[in-house]
Amino acid sequence: MKTLAHTLVAFGLTAVLAGGAHAQGMPSAADKRAVLDAYADIAKAGYEDSLATARALKTAVDGLVKRPSEAALKAAREAWLAARARYQQTEAFRFGNKIVDDWEGKVNAWPLDEGLIDYVSRDYAGAQSKNPLYAANVIANPKIVLGAKTIDAGRITKALLADTLHEFGKVEANVATGYHAIEFLLWGQDLNGTGPGAGNRPWTDYSRSRCGSGNCARRGVYLRAATDLLIDDLAWMVGQWGPKGAARAALLKTPDAGLAAILKGLGSLSYGELAGERMKLGLMLHDPEEEHDCFSDNTHNSHYYDVIGIGNVYRGRYMRTGGETVSGPSLGALVAKVDPGLDAEVRARLADTEAAASRLKARAETVERYDQMIGKGNAAGNKAVQDVIDALVRQTRAFEKVVTRLKLQAVAFEGSDSLDNPAAVFK
Amino acid sequence: MQALGTAVVALIAGTGIAFSLAAASGGQSDDRARIERVTRPTTDFTKPEPFELRPGGAATVFGPFNENAFSEPSANMSFARRADFAVGNGVFRKVWVSAPSSTTSSDGLGPLFNARACQRCHLKDGRGHPPEPGPHDPALTMAFGISVKDGQEERPDPAYGEQVQTFAIQGHRAEAQIGLSYEPKPVTFADGTVVTLQRPRWRLKGLAFGPADGRANISPRIAPQMIGMGLLEAIDEKDILARADPEDRDGDGVTGRAKWVSDPATGRRVPGRFGWKADQPTVAGQAAGAFSKDIGISTPLRPAPYGDCTARQRHCREAPHGGEDGGTIEADRKLFDLVVFYSRNLAVPARRALGDAKVLAGKKLFYEAGCTACHRPKYVTRRLADRPEQSFQLIWPYTDLLLHDMGPDLADGRADGSQDPEAGASAWRTAPLWGIGLTKTVNGHTRFLHDGRAGSILEAVLWHGGEAEAAKQRVLKMTTTERDALVAFLNSL
Repeated sequence: MKTLAHTLVAFGLTAVLAGGAHAQGMPSAADKRAVLDAYADIAKAGYEDSLATARALKTAVDGLVKRPSEAALKAAREAWLAARARYQQTEAFRFGNKIVDDWEGKVNAWPLDEGLIDYVSRDYAGAQSKNPLYAANVIANPKIVLGAKTIDAGRITKALLADTLHEFGKVEANVATGYHAIEFLLWGQDLNGTGPGAGNRPWTDYSRSRCGSGNCARRGVYLRAATDLLIDDLAWMVGQWGPKGAARAALLKTPDAGLAAILKGLGSLSYGELAGERMKLGLMLHDPEEEHDCFSDNTHNSHYYDVIGIGNVYRGRYMRTGGETVSGPSLGALVAKVDPGLDAEVRARLADTEAAASRLKARAETVERYDQMIGKGNAAGNKAVQDVIDALVRQTRAFEKVVTRLKLQAVAFEGSDSLDNPAAVFK
Repeated sequence: MQALGTAVVALIAGTGIAFSLAAASGGQSDDRARIERVTRPTTDFTKPEPFELRPGGAATVFGPFNENAFSEPSANMSFARRADFAVGNGVFRKVWVSAPSSTTSSDGLGPLFNARACQRCHLKDGRGHPPEPGPHDPALTMAFGISVKDGQEERPDPAYGEQVQTFAIQGHRAEAQIGLSYEPKPVTFADGTVVTLQRPRWRLKGLAFGPADGRANISPRIAPQMIGMGLLEAIDEKDILARADPEDRDGDGVTGRAKWVSDPATGRRVPGRFGWKADQPTVAGQAAGAFSKDIGISTPLRPAPYGDCTARQRHCREAPHGGEDGGTIEADRKLFDLVVFYSRNLAVPARRALGDAKVLAGKKLFYEAGCTACHRPKYVTRRLADRPEQSFQLIWPYTDLLLHDMGPDLADGRADGSQDPEAGASAWRTAPLWGIGLTKTVNGHTRFLHDGRAGSILEAVLWHGGEAEAAKQRVLKMTTTERDALVAFLNSL
């Protein structure tokens, strides 16, 4: 088999050389592997940057807990926003890489019943919830009784958050870890509905001497444990994309399946996740609870950096935190080799989406926040969101054409190379 | 509400379920012989059958085989429709709030309810479980039907309605709480092994609206797993009716009756397919019933905004509701269709280890014990132009979708509108078996049957009685090795 593979590689190179820059044949396995390797390099860099910014967040969080002040809280919030901008760009690696999909819920689970973690407004707690942990408030309660079970939350540790509380009872809204849990601990609930304003947690929530809300020491312990856990999880994911990492290996195992996984990720994030679940639903319901970064009012950035992440993958270029660029043979170049017109179309669609997302971001920074934009009767705001949705829809159609043009339909769904062919059922 | 963008336009066509079913029947005579051939039960247990790996046909998903195993969309779904699925998922996990609220499109909860979100009972799109014994835990992943038997008639309880709601919004009282204890019921295998089953004793505590009718029965029902519902809906009605044998003309001791119900969308009399007693003929009917009774949310099929509040619960009926634009519908057509689309397309996972010798041996035992008389292995679904994911697929649900008398041990006193309440009380729809081997992975437990009384797959088998008594007796005579093989087969589904 090895000989055969080498032959194919050699054949591929010959074909490229013979055809020159205008070769219209299908890309060789070597071309595909080069694209997959560059993709894995960008993934690694993205998770490394996420890790580094999470570590900076930890420094700021430590500062807040040790010497609470208005300035320390502001610094921690800014560190969270910086970390978020990096992590969101890695979402393009979801929906195709199983290792990422299995792990993602630990760091980015949403939406959450924030009453599990800390105090919430009386209105929120007043509506009786079906979720017995909806207002368990781990920070205020060292012991949580649930049916016959008593959870010992006396010591708030990484293990308590990750292994006991997170998705407790298989309820997905029991989110105890990740970016949104930390976000809630830094901002608190946004009680402004579709009016202006984000969560407004006072810095004294971390002050032992001026602790108005109670349990400030435990709140600090929770915040630090959740941040440590985020660092652990991100460090693990960096390893998965290293030279011998399992995620890289899985991707490179079968080149066509790897390419299919990349496109599935781009299409699924564009269409189902971002345009659908995160944007369309909130717009349909006009419900600020359907805002992704709802405590910090950072949803515009969260969506914007998702869009940037998709472009990074297609173009094979990622600009790191410090401005350095990681790049390599791109999916776009591969498409251009087969069908330059299609490549141009994809790039145009990506540019449209980036423009619409930039407009949404600018509107959020100058006119009104995302939760106001989706409010009922806000035609201009609704349109700003709808424009991004429409652009994402058109972008996904272009990705679909790529799947067809690269003949990846048969492998678009996982593991099908060794499986029965359903079309043969009635032969 | 804002007009929908292109992302969900594809879905709008999906509302005329009954219409499309009617329109698309017929014209399949060419397929008949071919279907007959591929759905004939196997007699070869030396290797897996062709396509057995894919219980949901081309909609089958190949992982992840983790706790999200039941949450994937049909594998053959287009990118375009994946957006509908994702938005539907959002509605499915949406937490409803009480009216009036600033979040106008998310309000209307209750006033009486069992859950605030679909996802809260259908945990991980999987199966609910009975409450833990011990101190009271109001959080349930099951519902309690209530009904009054009056001669040949079965009616909702005059005070409590069709179902007992254990929660209420602020300013209202929950109807009751649930109490549960177990009594041991030992069962002995031919080889002397004893398995102790646990018979549940349910009771209502703290009834808030006076005593229930003296003739009322309560009927505990676990939230069922969500996978493969669209495929079950796509099975040809003729294929269901062909297996019905209410008079037991073939003398095999197994009857099988279709549950004739009215399609809530069309009024047509059709066989029921969904729910523990096959009360609902369509995914839409099932979803509308759950929205109304479990969450107190009105839909186009069940427009009463007060859900299951009875005329005696006046305060409840007069509470503010979440209808918009002067109407009473709280989850409008668009939202409702999204949930229905989502529910239809939760995919069935691929089989695991189906070629293992032990699994194949278990499969043979399953067939030989007579289990397939009701747990019918395979079907070819109808051709459905508007539902490509479900159209013309070879599927392996292991059910005949018919009602069978399961004996007095499983009877719960509720006939669910059956013409014959006595027979109805012990009649249950054959439960589909696909995915059951992943219950532990998805939900962290192995509680089976309508009220979750069985603590394992084998216990579920041992609760079978009535028409399944003979099959169960064969299982009781199996050796340990044979029983292990049978369970290995069931766990591979």
